[in-house]
Amino acid sequence: SNPPVAPEISSSVALDFVLIGRTSAFLLLHQARAERFFRSDHTNNWAVLVCTSRFWFNYRHVANTLSVYRSVKRLGIPDSHIVLMLADDMACNHRNPKPATVFSHKNMELNVYGDDVEVDYRGYEVTVENFLRVLTGRLPPSTPRSKRLLSDDHSNILIYLTGHGGNGFLKFQDSEEISNVELADAFEQMWQKRRYNELLFIIDTCQGASMYERFYSPNLMALASSQVGEDSLSHQPDLAIGVHLMDRYTFYLLEFLEDIHPASQANMNDLFKVCPKSQCVSTPGHRTDLFQRDPGSVLITDFFGSVRKVEITMETINLTPHTETALAYVDQLPVAQIIHQKPKQKDWHPPDGFILGLWTLILLVFFRTYGIKHLKHIF
Amino acid sequence: LSIRPVLSDPEKQRGRSAAVAIAALVIAAGIPLWWKTTETYRAWLPAARISELEALQLELRVEVEVVFARGTLSPEQQKKVPASRITYESCCKSKSLCLVEADHALHTLTETSCGSVVIYIIPEASALLPQDMRVYVGRSRTALLRSQVASVVGAGLPEVLAALDPQMEQVLQTMSFNHQDVTAALTDRLRPGLSTRDSLADSMRAFKSSPGYEITFSLLNPDPKHHQLHWDVEAALDAYIYPLLHKMAPVANFSVDSQILYYAVLGVNPRYDASASAYTLSADSLAHVINPVEARLGSNAASSNPVLNFLLYVPDSLHSPLIIRNDQKQEVASNAFHSPRWGGIMVYNVDGAYGNDTQFPVDIAIDMSRVMGVFLSQLRLMLGFQQTGAPPGFVLEAAGREGVAEWELDRLLWSRSVENVATASASITSLAQLLDQIANIVINDNIAQQVASAVTALQAAVAELEAGNLALALEHSREAISASERAFFDPSLLHLLYFPDDQKFAIYIPLFLPMCVPILLSLLKIFREVQQHRAEKRAKRD
Repeated sequence: SNPPVAPEISSSVALDFVLIGRTSAFLLLHQARAERFFRSDHTNNWAVLVCTSRFWFNYRHVANTLSVYRSVKRLGIPDSHIVLMLADDMACNHRNPKPATVFSHKNMELNVYGDDVEVDYRGYEVTVENFLRVLTGRLPPSTPRSKRLLSDDHSNILIYLTGHGGNGFLKFQDSEEISNVELADAFEQMWQKRRYNELLFIIDTCQGASMYERFYSPNLMALASSQVGEDSLSHQPDLAIGVHLMDRYTFYLLEFLEDIHPASQANMNDLFKVCPKSQCVSTPGHRTDLFQRDPGSVLITDFFGSVRKVEITMETINLTPHTETALAYVDQLPVAQIIHQKPKQKDWHPPDGFILGLWTLILLVFFRTYGIKHLKHIF
Repeated sequence: LSIRPVLSDPEKQRGRSAAVAIAALVIAAGIPLWWKTTETYRAWLPAARISELEALQLELRVEVEVVFARGTLSPEQQKKVPASRITYESCCKSKSLCLVEADHALHTLTETSCGSVVIYIIPEASALLPQDMRVYVGRSRTALLRSQVASVVGAGLPEVLAALDPQMEQVLQTMSFNHQDVTAALTDRLRPGLSTRDSLADSMRAFKSSPGYEITFSLLNPDPKHHQLHWDVEAALDAYIYPLLHKMAPVANFSVDSQILYYAVLGVNPRYDASASAYTLSADSLAHVINPVEARLGSNAASSNPVLNFLLYVPDSLHSPLIIRNDQKQEVASNAFHSPRWGGIMVYNVDGAYGNDTQFPVDIAIDMSRVMGVFLSQLRLMLGFQQTGAPPGFVLEAAGREGVAEWELDRLLWSRSVENVATASASITSLAQLLDQIANIVINDNIAQQVASAVTALQAAVAELEAGNLALALEHSREAISASERAFFDPSLLHLLYFPDDQKFAIYIPLFLPMCVPILLSLLKIFREVQQHRAEKRAKRD
């Protein structure tokens, strides 16, 4: 099927009187300022990091995702711009001999769980449906901001997926799968709505290259840890914890990212060289044909970090100090208007003494009817 | 010896008719029922009108009223022009105030609607405008143009207007819109390379059109032990910011809040410059200031609207005074910087307010008019009021206290309307294409209704733009964009997970095959018997 073409809108300017030519002369004072913007087109960065497997023996997938999360936070992307989806809880798992930690290096050298992890989708919330909803933006209105991908047309997005995969699919939670066709369609819908400026897709699963085969939207760059027909292998087990801690590709990716700092000039060509076949056993692959810029000119921090563009404010407005009328206490709004509270429902109580009188009446009637001799049974 | 039961003829007949009846029931009732119950509900969408939107032609019309002052036209020309006498006279004390007063008085004479422009032609020799100024653009929608048209030969009205055309076009391109503005509003819908770098930078800086914005003003006090800061932000907002936001009410809703953060430091260490005896922040280190601070700013989690942050940073006593230097190592007058689509930060030095041996903490009242002056200009940039370079000979009156001149607001409304129309039509057309391509998506009635109302509002907006009613056009375009966004992002539009054909067979075969095989076989048997019977009959006849 042909990808939908963005519609072209041509505009014609009509004035009430005859239009002759266009003579617009603007000062080129803005030229220098504009120069700085054009190394790249983005103004903000987002990251969607997904771990799709559960169970204790898939510890390494959670550690993979958390190590990318850690790098991305260290390089400047704030939590409000990261959507972290972890399918299972390893740090507080009953089988974790070191609770509240997730290690990436054996001998417990590096705890990637840290002190301020903010997981947005956890446990059974990590499903194919939720993942596609986050990407396309079709979330129910009650979804909080932290669970949404609020990117715009100048956002660079990093998407990292890890888990168990096969030729053309990725397994979620051991019960469902997402296919490469769906993923490509989701990215196309993001492009139609201009929800990204450029997108970097990294996947660390077996046969990961099959997941980016079907992409057809512009401005996508993809990396995978293994080609079709190859398995991605795990790195090293820790004998104290008892499971493999990381996958090879992400382990060497983490080592590479630890050397990057926010002002670093390393570019994508360096990222493509991470984990050659000698270290990874599988052959990492990448795809750049849909990407418009040359990968050599794309900085690592364009996706993994959040380097803001700033401009000095040259113009100010002269305002005369305003003679303030000090707000007297009595002018302030009553508390009930500031804090919107529903008026408390006052329950209706019968007037005082009413119940006492009622019971006295009942007793009197009883004794009148049945005789006073019953009184001794009560008192 | 065969043990097959021997059926009598009437029994065989009954058996045959039973088989045929079951087969008929399955085919006549079962297949349509299965088809109906497994099809996805798709409400009807106005496909014809949507395909019209793909080839949308926008025409923007500006209403211009040209008023000739006395002395600009020769008497013959004056007879030709429909005249209504408006006399304006004033004696002003100083030259500079004259122009502003004149502009104000003229503004009260004629009623201008949103989007229209009034140009007053004044004689060449008039003393109202200084010598080198050709055009003066006031705070409302009027412009004063100095021109000499009495010398034009052939004195009809069309010739007079034709002579004035180039100058008027320049005025209109400054006050309403020009080619750059329109292409900038359409940047993400056009092919790359059509917009200039300036307009691209402007479009990157300003927020995209959104139904609402959240603005947060924060005071950062890293040193509460030494500085006790008082800022009367409520009164300042009332006096300086709310007037601008009220004027922008037709464009979007705004929600404003403020906060004070203690012990919040900037992420970079400023360097001490002995020559200026101050700490300095260079332009390249500014980019790294925002990220550590942003983690500590809260956000109003109630809506998905874009957030603008304005931070006022008062440096701690050890690092006072702190000045910002630009690329040329010069001091910046405003001591502030901003980041596109995020907000602005201003550094406010208080070291002059106290000496060395005062008792700490010192009470300091912040001068809100200075602060709000900077924030107001940054807010204007973020909201889309571009820093228009005036063409030579033009003077644009500064907006001053109200924050924005009416023609500047009109400029914004023009580009916003165009942007809204473009975005809404793109959403609708891509939604229609998407729903066409994927047969599995359920289209509920409410989506169809939203799409229909979006298409209607779009067509109304385009019609109003052609007629020149800017305010109505903006309203319709806002309706269109909100309806189209609601339709596109409706949570029910998630298509059912991708079903490859072999999976579909795998689901249906175990259900239908055991049922269909006996029916088919019995039908075949009946067919063969009928054929045999017919062959026997033919043989008997022959």
